[in-house]
Amino acid sequence: MNRRRFIAGMTAAGLTGTASAFSFFGLFGDDEPTAVELYPRRPLKASRRAFSVDESPTDEADAIGYTNFYEFGTEKGDAQRYGERFKPEPWRLTIDGECERPGDYTLEDILKPHPLEERIYRLRCVETWSMVIPWVGFPLADLLKRFAPTSRAKYVAFETLYDPEQMPGQRRAVVEWPYREGLRMDEAMHPLTLIAVGMYGETLPVQNGAPLRLVVPWKYGFKSIKSIVRIHFSEKLPVTTWNQLQPDEYGFYANVNPAVDHPRWSQARERPVGGWRRRDTLPFNGYAEEVAHLYHGMDLAKYF
Amino acid sequence: MKRLSLDRGAWLAIFVLALVPAAWLLRDALYSALGPNPVEALSHRTGDWTLRFLMLVLAITPMRVLFGWSWPVRYRRMIGLFAFFYATLHFLTWLVIDEGLLWDAIVEDIYKRPFITVGFLAYLLLIPLAATSSRMAMRRLGRRWKTLHRLVYLVAVLGVIHYLWLVKLDVREPLIYAVILLFLLLVRLWYSMKRGR
Repeated sequence: MNRRRFIAGMTAAGLTGTASAFSFFGLFGDDEPTAVELYPRRPLKASRRAFSVDESPTDEADAIGYTNFYEFGTEKGDAQRYGERFKPEPWRLTIDGECERPGDYTLEDILKPHPLEERIYRLRCVETWSMVIPWVGFPLADLLKRFAPTSRAKYVAFETLYDPEQMPGQRRAVVEWPYREGLRMDEAMHPLTLIAVGMYGETLPVQNGAPLRLVVPWKYGFKSIKSIVRIHFSEKLPVTTWNQLQPDEYGFYANVNPAVDHPRWSQARERPVGGWRRRDTLPFNGYAEEVAHLYHGMDLAKYF
Repeated sequence: MKRLSLDRGAWLAIFVLALVPAAWLLRDALYSALGPNPVEALSHRTGDWTLRFLMLVLAITPMRVLFGWSWPVRYRRMIGLFAFFYATLHFLTWLVIDEGLLWDAIVEDIYKRPFITVGFLAYLLLIPLAATSSRMAMRRLGRRWKTLHRLVYLVAVLGVIHYLWLVKLDVREPLIYAVILLFLLLVRLWYSMKRGR
């Protein structure tokens, strides 16, 4: 090693040392959220690849480290800072409401009949950042059909686990827990709508909603509810968390729409995570061809 | 002579200390250590430091009033200029990197987004304060200098509002700034009323 490189190395080491001292006070930015494995992930076999976009996926560590998961805290990175007590197994799901086969199921019961597929989807957050994620999962429609929803089932509602012991962010009432989301029946049955159990070829990390979550690629990210424990078929429009918190800012539909701004910021462009440059946001996040007909005749500025 | 060099040493120490956050940003940018959303990280960190320096400069009079410390007054100009320095970094991050100098989008954002409107206004108001920070400007403006520089109170209030309106849900951090600012302004108010009587 030559002398100049040695000095540069020492300077860097000194800076890093000071960095850790200062980062204690949170003064110099958050620690770089490199992915932390909070619970062992297993490789998953996906039978085929369907509906995938031809874009290179977001760096996996970024996709894991940079998440909004208020159950662990309101900052990005809180899931991996405070998620170490979360146990994605054993896991149970309650299916109830307007269907013929309601019940309490183990995760194994839920997953057993479904072959897994890989789907590389765009993800657009309402905060204007975006990612491209290779999910592993199966169509929600295939799951819902098993419980034989009745003709009265107009909507499907979902709930995240409520357990402040495992999810310490729930000790603060920033949100009326549990986190709730919902879809209209036709949205839920759409072939793009996915139940994901993995990403990047392995089971879901805690940070991204282990052991199973919803993925609705044409809607803002908050619709894609994580760590689901309840699926409820309902005749009435279900209460959904962000809509309940700020109804003038977050609608029930929350379709990605560059033409309808958030009241406080523009939705016309997005910033891919890991990059410096913005790009244009596409109507329905690029899935207009597949889903625009679901909203035919609706005023999308009113039903935002 | 010895006294003078001690002052210079303290001045230099504060100057270097105030540059540390900027050096830190530069280091993180060069080492790709700004995290998954580097533009957001730059934006937030320069914004945070602008508010911190604004609070610091507004704390100088209260420190004298409450604790009888008069020495910080000597560094008020420098600390104020550092607030402007970080505000400029924040402003340029937004203008050049975030908006990519797309003027249509910039004008639209200033006009349509209240949090950007107040942030932009706060920055505009800081410019004349920085421009008239020299001794010469002080002499030339005389009594009007003090009136002009009272704008800093407004700038700080707008800065905190800017932060508050930006946050999605969890307003704890901007509220901490709001409480600090309120306290600092109340100390001044109390002092000026006491003196006025």
